Amino acid sequence: MKLESVLVKKQTAIVKKWFDLVVDTYPADTSRFLKRQKDPFANPVGSTTLEGLKAIFTDLMGELEPESAMGHIDPIIRIRAVQNFTPGQATGFVLSLKKIVRDQLGDDAGDPERRKELEAFDARVDQLCLIAFDVFVKCREKIFQIQATEQRNRFFKAFERAGLVSEIPEKETDSGKSDLTQ
Amino acid sequence: MSDTPKPEEILSRSHTPPKTGWMDTPINIRPGMYCYASNPKSVDYVGLPYPRQWNPMEDDWNLPENWKEIIFEGMRDRLDRFRSFKVFMDICVRCGACADKCHFFIGTGDPKNMPVLRAELIRSVYRNDFTRFGKIFGKMAGARPMTLDVLKEWWYYLFQCTECRRCSVFCPYGIDTAEITIIGRELLNLLGLNIDWIATPVANCYRTGNHLGIQPHAYKDMIDFFCEDIEEITGVLPKPSLNRKGAEILFITPSGDVFADPGTYTAMGYLILFDFLEKKYGLDITWSTYASEGGNFGFFTSHETMKRLNAKMYAEAKRLGVKWILGGECGHMWRVINQYMDTMNGPADHLEVPVSPITGTRFENAASTRMVHITEFLSDLIYHDKLDLDPSRNDHLKVTFHDSCNPARGMGLLDEPRYVIQSVCKNFYEMPSNTIREQTFCCGSGAGLNAGEDMELRLSGGLPRANAVRHVHEKHGVNMLACICAIDRAVLPPLMEYWVPEVDVTGICEMVGNALNLPGQKKRTTDLRSEDLPGMEEEEDADE
Repeated sequence: MKLESVLVKKQTAIVKKWFDLVVDTYPADTSRFLKRQKDPFANPVGSTTLEGLKAIFTDLMGELEPESAMGHIDPIIRIRAVQNFTPGQATGFVLSLKKIVRDQLGDDAGDPERRKELEAFDARVDQLCLIAFDVFVKCREKIFQIQATEQRNRFFKAFERAGLVSEIPEKETDSGKSDLTQ
Repeated sequence: MSDTPKPEEILSRSHTPPKTGWMDTPINIRPGMYCYASNPKSVDYVGLPYPRQWNPMEDDWNLPENWKEIIFEGMRDRLDRFRSFKVFMDICVRCGACADKCHFFIGTGDPKNMPVLRAELIRSVYRNDFTRFGKIFGKMAGARPMTLDVLKEWWYYLFQCTECRRCSVFCPYGIDTAEITIIGRELLNLLGLNIDWIATPVANCYRTGNHLGIQPHAYKDMIDFFCEDIEEITGVLPKPSLNRKGAEILFITPSGDVFADPGTYTAMGYLILFDFLEKKYGLDITWSTYASEGGNFGFFTSHETMKRLNAKMYAEAKRLGVKWILGGECGHMWRVINQYMDTMNGPADHLEVPVSPITGTRFENAASTRMVHITEFLSDLIYHDKLDLDPSRNDHLKVTFHDSCNPARGMGLLDEPRYVIQSVCKNFYEMPSNTIREQTFCCGSGAGLNAGEDMELRLSGGLPRANAVRHVHEKHGVNMLACICAIDRAVLPPLMEYWVPEVDVTGICEMVGNALNLPGQKKRTTDLRSEDLPGMEEEEDADE
């Protein structure tokens, strides 16, 4: 049986283990809550993570479509990017899928044919990890951009609209010269 | 570069956190999660103790030598004065009903943001020093001595609580953790440990009447500017009055409505409404450049500071000789008004029980405070069919409503905002029931935490709210998040930008202003943001 077929059969167990592992990156009290509470609105972190992992796992069953993978991993990483994680901690869970899959395969993982398939699978996981890192950086940049924009807009915009800010007159901008030089 | 971890540090890091108990988990003050320390000038201006430079990231917080004594005296005094504080310290059985109800716990995943645990930070010291049981059994009884680390923990986590009171809805004993935070912050203020996003607005408010330190002429300039904008959009120039003695009603709103987008469009909505009511029914209302702030960051400092800043509302109403006060769209302003103002600065015998001069409705709910919420006033007008509304100008909006914590849980204002929204816009969709009304999720930036430097705290704390917005966006195509709080209007746009960028934010009166027909108006082709009204231009073409 092809690796993908085996993994699809074991999908529920693998995703559950993967989810547990991601959730265990939180403190124990939090991790218990994230696993227990099923309401997506009472527990957005847990439900977003679980839904995301399910979709990503499906993405990994064939050639990785970067756009689809990015769409599925974005919600998970977006959350972790504002939480108390280093970049490695925020994205590292992707790589742990390799071990989970091997554990699930047991002795079968040592089979030479299987090892070749696993190598290809590993490469897709690595690619996914890089996508996760890209998303993480994008989110962090977004946070800083929001911060910078907010500072600028907070009151300046209103003052500007009210004409309380003295702006460079139009003609100076057009001619590129100031009145003094004309 | 000094923050860059060394390779061996990275290698030694585990992705699984240590399984230590909360008392043994050391505090880790993380940039992005806290607000800058208070400016000593601001602390000094309002006469609060120990104004000084200090930095939360440094080991030495320059505390007074006898800081422990000050804290214990402060606790003793408050345990005597506030029965609620004493009861809340004693009766919690740590059942955990509140534990997973806090948006900061849900969003940050930090167990010390569970309301029960946040309260335990103080309760553990209370047990240790104020109960016999704790003195004898110590840690076994959940007690621990006060140390510098404990104090730092108090500061870090008490400023990770927005006093939204969602947790209190679920507590079987009715413990209001917000009140514990309020007292905790008061104790910290005894040592000069405030945040600047609170301390400076407090000082400004004390000096000029509003958080931004805006002086009367600038306030008037802004109002004039809004009127000119309204004239451009509607063809009608409103002529509001400021500081007018003898007016029947005084209008007080947060200064954010006058100075910060998108609150400014809500302010334009008020002006349109008042202009309509004045021309049609002779409404006699005035704004004030002195009571130019509805918000009260004193509420996040101490009871005494809250009282001092709130005093201007009744004082200005008395000076102008008005009969009652109408209040704008604000959050914590209404908790202060509804739950504290009358006791602190009342009785307002110089005012009358509010009666709508247009419908004759007597606002019994405001019989004591003499202050009516704008959506109560509006609901009554709409119910009596007193407004000339054209909701089609809001047809392009698919709206959901974020119940701001304080009006919802602090005064039970749940249906009036919805009634007004649905009267001015045909597309309205509720978020899931466990995220609205009494169970509403906080914006994540209230209680003085809407600074810029704590953006990660704000974005993680706002996640549960944003998650519910995303749901109605995906399910119904919601593109507008309405709210009745100036802080919401300031902080929800960045929150949406991060989590649900397709959704914009509006105040309710902005929508009313867009829908309301003014006598003598020209054809309305843009909304109050001067953006084209979809479909209205086509109509114009067809007319031609």
